[in-house]
Amino acid sequence: MTDTIPEMRDTILPMRDTILQMRDITKTFPGVKALQNVNLDVKAGEIHAIVGENGAGKSTLMKVLSGVYPHGSYEGQIIYNGEECAFRSIRDSEHKGIVIIHQELALVPLLSIAENIYLGNERAKAGIVDWDETREGARAVLRKVGLNEDPDTLVTNIGTGKQQLVEIAKALSKEVKLLILDEPTASLSEKDSEALLNLLLGFKAQGISCILISHKLNEVSKVSDRITVIRDGHTIETLDKADITEDRIITSMVGRPLEDRYPARAPQIGEVVFEVKNWSVYHPQHRDRQVIKGIDLNVRKGEVVGIAGLMGSGRTEFAMSLFGKSYGVKVSGEVLLHGKKVDTSTVEKAVSHGIAYATEDRKTFGLNLIDHIKHNTTLANLWGVSRWGVIDDLAELDVANDYRKKTNIRSSSVYQTVGNLSGGNQQKVVLSKWLFANPEVLILDEPTRGIDVGAKYEIYSIINQLAAQGKAILVISSEMPELLGITDRVYVMNEGRLVGEMPTAEASQEKIMRAIVRAEGKVAS
Amino acid sequence: MTTETAPQAATPAEAAAPLSIWGALQANLREYGLLLVLILIMLFFQWTTGGVLFKPLNLTNIVLQNSYIIVMALGMLLVIVAGHIDLSVGSVSGFIGALAAMLMIGWKFPPELAFLANPIVAGLICLVVGAAIGAAQGYLIAYYRIPSFIVTLAGMLIFKGLSLSILAGQSVGPFPAEFQLLSAGFIPDFIGAITLVPASQGVQPLVLHGATLAIGIVAVVGMILLSIRTRARRTARGYESEPFALFAAKNIVIAALVLFFTYMLASYKGLPNVLVVMGILIAGFVFLTKRLTFGRRIYAIGGNPKAAALSGIKTERLTFYIFAIMGALAALAGMIYAARLNSATPKAGQGLELDVIAAVFIGGASALGGVGQVAGAVIGAFIMGVLNNGMSIMGINIDLQQMIKGVVLLAAVFFDLYNKNKA
Repeated sequence: MTDTIPEMRDTILPMRDTILQMRDITKTFPGVKALQNVNLDVKAGEIHAIVGENGAGKSTLMKVLSGVYPHGSYEGQIIYNGEECAFRSIRDSEHKGIVIIHQELALVPLLSIAENIYLGNERAKAGIVDWDETREGARAVLRKVGLNEDPDTLVTNIGTGKQQLVEIAKALSKEVKLLILDEPTASLSEKDSEALLNLLLGFKAQGISCILISHKLNEVSKVSDRITVIRDGHTIETLDKADITEDRIITSMVGRPLEDRYPARAPQIGEVVFEVKNWSVYHPQHRDRQVIKGIDLNVRKGEVVGIAGLMGSGRTEFAMSLFGKSYGVKVSGEVLLHGKKVDTSTVEKAVSHGIAYATEDRKTFGLNLIDHIKHNTTLANLWGVSRWGVIDDLAELDVANDYRKKTNIRSSSVYQTVGNLSGGNQQKVVLSKWLFANPEVLILDEPTRGIDVGAKYEIYSIINQLAAQGKAILVISSEMPELLGITDRVYVMNEGRLVGEMPTAEASQEKIMRAIVRAEGKVAS
Repeated sequence: MTTETAPQAATPAEAAAPLSIWGALQANLREYGLLLVLILIMLFFQWTTGGVLFKPLNLTNIVLQNSYIIVMALGMLLVIVAGHIDLSVGSVSGFIGALAAMLMIGWKFPPELAFLANPIVAGLICLVVGAAIGAAQGYLIAYYRIPSFIVTLAGMLIFKGLSLSILAGQSVGPFPAEFQLLSAGFIPDFIGAITLVPASQGVQPLVLHGATLAIGIVAVVGMILLSIRTRARRTARGYESEPFALFAAKNIVIAALVLFFTYMLASYKGLPNVLVVMGILIAGFVFLTKRLTFGRRIYAIGGNPKAAALSGIKTERLTFYIFAIMGALAALAGMIYAARLNSATPKAGQGLELDVIAAVFIGGASALGGVGQVAGAVIGAFIMGVLNNGMSIMGINIDLQQMIKGVVLLAAVFFDLYNKNKA
């Protein structure tokens, strides 16, 4: 619940028009300081944007604000409407009129719109739902967000844009005063995005404040009154409307000096090994939505090539569709190895041609967490330790120990359960697995996501060694400094298209961002 | 957090430090805990039944009574490790028993098709039909992604109905003598009886089945030689960490148990045929799960199907094969059951699937898939079997028996999970 500290009133009163103040917020996860002395103040009735790179700490900050991370699990103060607040859960913050709408919508697909709007907040007396009031109330808030749908329609039967509006209607039904939207337009079409932004402007006129988290700088600069830039868990600055330009935001977002966090590379680049031509993929559920739109790229022998882009730009979908059509439908295009067309239509075929894909989500797609290191290491290449389908257990043990040493996995033995390893060591097991499959082309999707700096360095070193052995390596990463630090060439992807290509020597974070923003602008206009 | 910029020094991989005797014992306790529980239960019933449980006749009976459960538990282990379930095995085994009866007895074939009634031909047909039934269910589960629970629940109903239908509601029997041998027969004594105590006034004669004794001894010697060889190979490569004392103790205890059991069987009628079949199947399935790539992949798809698929494993095909194997084993179990009763009845096999599934879970398999051992499933089946047998001898009512079995199942899984969470 909320603690009010009377003595503080005086200091707070002068900021009469400030609805929210977050002061010196510091949030620590085991081994990582996600937020460090972050300050944010939001005025009543303004649209306040928060921008920053992936992993800068925006979502963490919003989780602190909304009580997902309860009071006591962070340091600093949250002052809302002149009171210091100590939210213990989302319920507490919603009670005060702070509602967060997450990037992944929290709707139950097989319930109706009305049921979703009042989920957890049912119009009921003594546990018996009053359906008339539910429908009536739903209709009223739907009208406010301009959604003309029957409240009894199932959520699964309406598009993503409309689902987003249902989320907002749900927020309105809770008498929201401060609405937080995390990447609300990430999966919306331009028309839906436009409508959503107009809706926010309408709320502003009604005195509802908004915090908008978005990567789309063109949208942000269009609707926001102020922008706060967060980088590496620090507040960099807050820009007023007059100062907002895309250039200014970009410089502020990426202005981190490149430290010596990457091992030196001495590239020896040979002929083109891996080529993809005119690759197109459609969404597995929305079969008319093209996710990957005619991509051409190539990787040379001994070359490390990066794919930069924002979340949702289609990089993972591209890589997984290449690897045995593991994503999407209506996959078309050609994959060439040494100039010869190869069939990668199943994972087994892709692996047998020497292509490996190490997933961005090692827990879901990369590892058998309940099994030990040894079995995980050999899984993609059981032929390598067996004859006539019979596994040579000692040979397997040799292999597992060998790769454990090569990738420097810290564990008591190869019999340690993978689920108990740290993120960095798990990632090394994933790498071991694919190294043992001995691929010629290695696609690494976010190879250092969620692992500490020391382990990152080790993984970069492994990538360097692989390149030195003449492998062609494609790295997908959302961390631009990382791409700039370890690659020889960078492609920039946006909305399923390659929108830029540059040698890393000539690339910079600004250039990459600009390529993305320019593409966004083109799409928007 | 201080930002580290320097690479961390590589820590040398720890040498495989020899475990302490206590540590090794602890590690083994979980592995052999189930066997220990089985032995304790047997000793308990030996006491409460006034020594009946360990009578040679009764031990032979326990094997015969549970053979079909164990045969199906082997297949069910694969199914459950792969993350599925098969509810149809009881009905399928009943249906195959009925089919066997109709082939050998019920249907009157024209002379040119009379060979179909030959017990061996009929047995093969039954195995193929069983595999085909499993394959059909597996196909729907693997390629159409219909949950196995639903497909095999439907199968359960369908084959229950089919057995009723082909038997026309009647029991059909008796089977030809050759077919009965599957369950009622014992291996021929090619060595000859060994008389320890000759028949004389006032003393029970004690005559041992020579071939059984010989096979038991050969098996024990072979087992010990194999484990010595394995240990030597591991030691040569520097991988052995088990203290010698424990290694020796383990082998001696297991050898003693096998020899005791052999002696018991030999002092009755010898090795039952069905135990030979079971022994070969168990050995085969241990090898399959521990050493074949096929087995390894089953654990992988059960542990994380998505990761397995992205490692190049054809998860659909594998699932299909697993259910086909399950079907063939259900067919074999159905024939063993029918041969034991010496008739096929419309009710045969009903509810067996639950005993089979219980055996696998008592044996430590995880309902979430990816975990489970053949030895565990076999011991689990014996635990259930000994409970049935012991409680029946004690004259405990069937209602109470059911409740006790339920509690044992729950307790076994509870302690397994409790141990895992503590670890």
